[in-house]
Amino acid sequence: MSSSQIPVTVLTGYLGAGKTTLLNRILSENHGKRYAVVVNEFGEIGIDNDLIVESDEEIFEMNNGCVCCTVRGDLIRVVEGLMKRPGGFDGILVETTGLADPAPVAQTFFMDDDVRARSKLDAVIAVADAKHLVERLADAPEAAEQIGFADVILLNKTDLATEDELAGVEQGIRAINQHAIIHRTERCAIPLDRVLDRGAFDLERILTLDPDFLESDDHNHDHEGHHHDHEHSHDNSVASVSLRSGILNPDVFFPWISRITQEFGPDILRLKGIIALRDDPARYVVQGIHMIVEGDHQRPWKEDEKRESRLVFIGRNLDEEMLTTGFRACLA
Amino acid sequence: MPGIEEFTFGAFVVETAFVGDIAAFALGDGTLRLARGISVEQLDVHSGAILAAAPTRDGKGLVTGGDDGRVTLIEEKGNVSVVAELPRKWIDRVATGPSGAIAFASGRQVVVRLGDGRERTFDLVRAAGGLAFAPKGLRLAVASYDGVSLWWVGTDAEPVTLHWKGAHLGVLFSPDNRYVVTTMQENALHAWRIEDRQDLRMSGYPAKTRSLGWTVKGRFLASSGADAAILWPFHTKDGPMEKEPIQLGAREVQVTRVACHPRKDEVAIGYRDGMINLVGIAQEKETLLREPDGGPVSALAFDRRGSRLSFGTEEGAAGVIGF
Repeated sequence: MSSSQIPVTVLTGYLGAGKTTLLNRILSENHGKRYAVVVNEFGEIGIDNDLIVESDEEIFEMNNGCVCCTVRGDLIRVVEGLMKRPGGFDGILVETTGLADPAPVAQTFFMDDDVRARSKLDAVIAVADAKHLVERLADAPEAAEQIGFADVILLNKTDLATEDELAGVEQGIRAINQHAIIHRTERCAIPLDRVLDRGAFDLERILTLDPDFLESDDHNHDHEGHHHDHEHSHDNSVASVSLRSGILNPDVFFPWISRITQEFGPDILRLKGIIALRDDPARYVVQGIHMIVEGDHQRPWKEDEKRESRLVFIGRNLDEEMLTTGFRACLA
Repeated sequence: MPGIEEFTFGAFVVETAFVGDIAAFALGDGTLRLARGISVEQLDVHSGAILAAAPTRDGKGLVTGGDDGRVTLIEEKGNVSVVAELPRKWIDRVATGPSGAIAFASGRQVVVRLGDGRERTFDLVRAAGGLAFAPKGLRLAVASYDGVSLWWVGTDAEPVTLHWKGAHLGVLFSPDNRYVVTTMQENALHAWRIEDRQDLRMSGYPAKTRSLGWTVKGRFLASSGADAAILWPFHTKDGPMEKEPIQLGAREVQVTRVACHPRKDEVAIGYRDGMINLVGIAQEKETLLREPDGGPVSALAFDRRGSRLSFGTEEGAAGVIGF
């Protein structure tokens, strides 16, 4: 079943950041792939392509009593409709409105069984305006959420910003999300294989939880980000908490992660982790959005691989001390 | 096993129905295949995929909606007419009523076209999940978020709203016009008794119900979405309230389609693995109609007399079974 799951890329970004530019690029470039694109309005999409679908954002709250369990009803329908077409697709791209909360879009691919059987979330990409992101982060909560949610961030319009401004904005991004991959772009110019079908949401990407690995990516990142939590832990801004531990006792870890997400789900934008479980030869990967947590065995631990557990939370009002203590208590 | 004529169409079978004497199959490749015995005619009706189709009430036509924004009507002789065209919209819900009435929806817009050519458009606050004409065709039920609205198709009167929290995806009336039933996003059915708006909740499904049908005289509502066809009793005074449903054709495979025999107390059941069984409601006698081939049954329909059953699968297999 999983082999036929079509990868889905969610495109977020504040108004004017350059989402349409990226979409036009994806649609016009000669990459030989077949993408279905779901847009909120045709607007400035310059390409006529029968696989562009206009869709009205339709939020469904689920009747399970969970306040943050929302899905996009229109996306469920679009995915069902696309699956009727012969030939299949290499991917589905979903553009969200500038002010949208990315959670319902992402949750759709976990919460609807039919959609989940046919597609899987590949990555959440945020397009950010290098010149204006810092202001947006200060005045628009949606902008911080979009950055917090992202696996990949295109820091766009870099030609309009100075090197100092760019360093500042990257620092602002790292303060929220330590683990996303940042690409600097002008007019969203980037090889598409860097943003599409990345398996970023797929948990190979958790390797980037290793800060050393992060630094070897596109740019040198400031270390500031790793310490910011202490500065911000008492306000309402989006931040990351990274946890590291050894081999865990599954009988303690699973109830703990379930309790944490039940209790603090509304504040947790994303969680991702690779867990070493006692008496388990395979790496266990977890990921979550708000109150949804999913886990699965990924691959066997390699002989020379250090068996340790890593977990990152991105969200608001995260109590780092409580999470650290709780995670440590899961040690086998 | 009864006689079976199989076809390989190679595209998702979205719907099947008998148009006059012909077995019609609406496919995800935008074509319609009309089978007369072993000969199959292909009509290219949509440039993209057919997303929804419904036979006309007189049984002599089929209405289709596609992702090319078109609504078409195909008649027995094979002539195709374009009923409507909404460029760049997906028409993924269609319904038919008495006297040639057609309704279709795209997102928040619902259009009703009556047999005499009059057309009305209803603008909704939330997207239309499902459409169904009342048995006499005076009202159109539109399922949507948090309930169903009942619109008078011939007048401008305000619609009646039946409220129930949650997303309602599909809708149909009971043949006696007493109940409106919806399928929901959360693996449950909901029904309202129209006269007093009494709510009836039918839950316990492991998956979404996508296929519903009424047995003879509307005695039972048959449904997919579990490892058996689930039949809710509607022939008693209070309908299925506080009653256990009957489970027919239980296997360890999900039921994806049901089709009720028009004259006998029998239900044809299509499963996720492609198997089709015919099961009697009273005796629970099961007849194997089709061996499983792996492709989920996605369409299933009896002809008017119940002497033939047409079927199709997500993998593009299709056929007609004669009794």
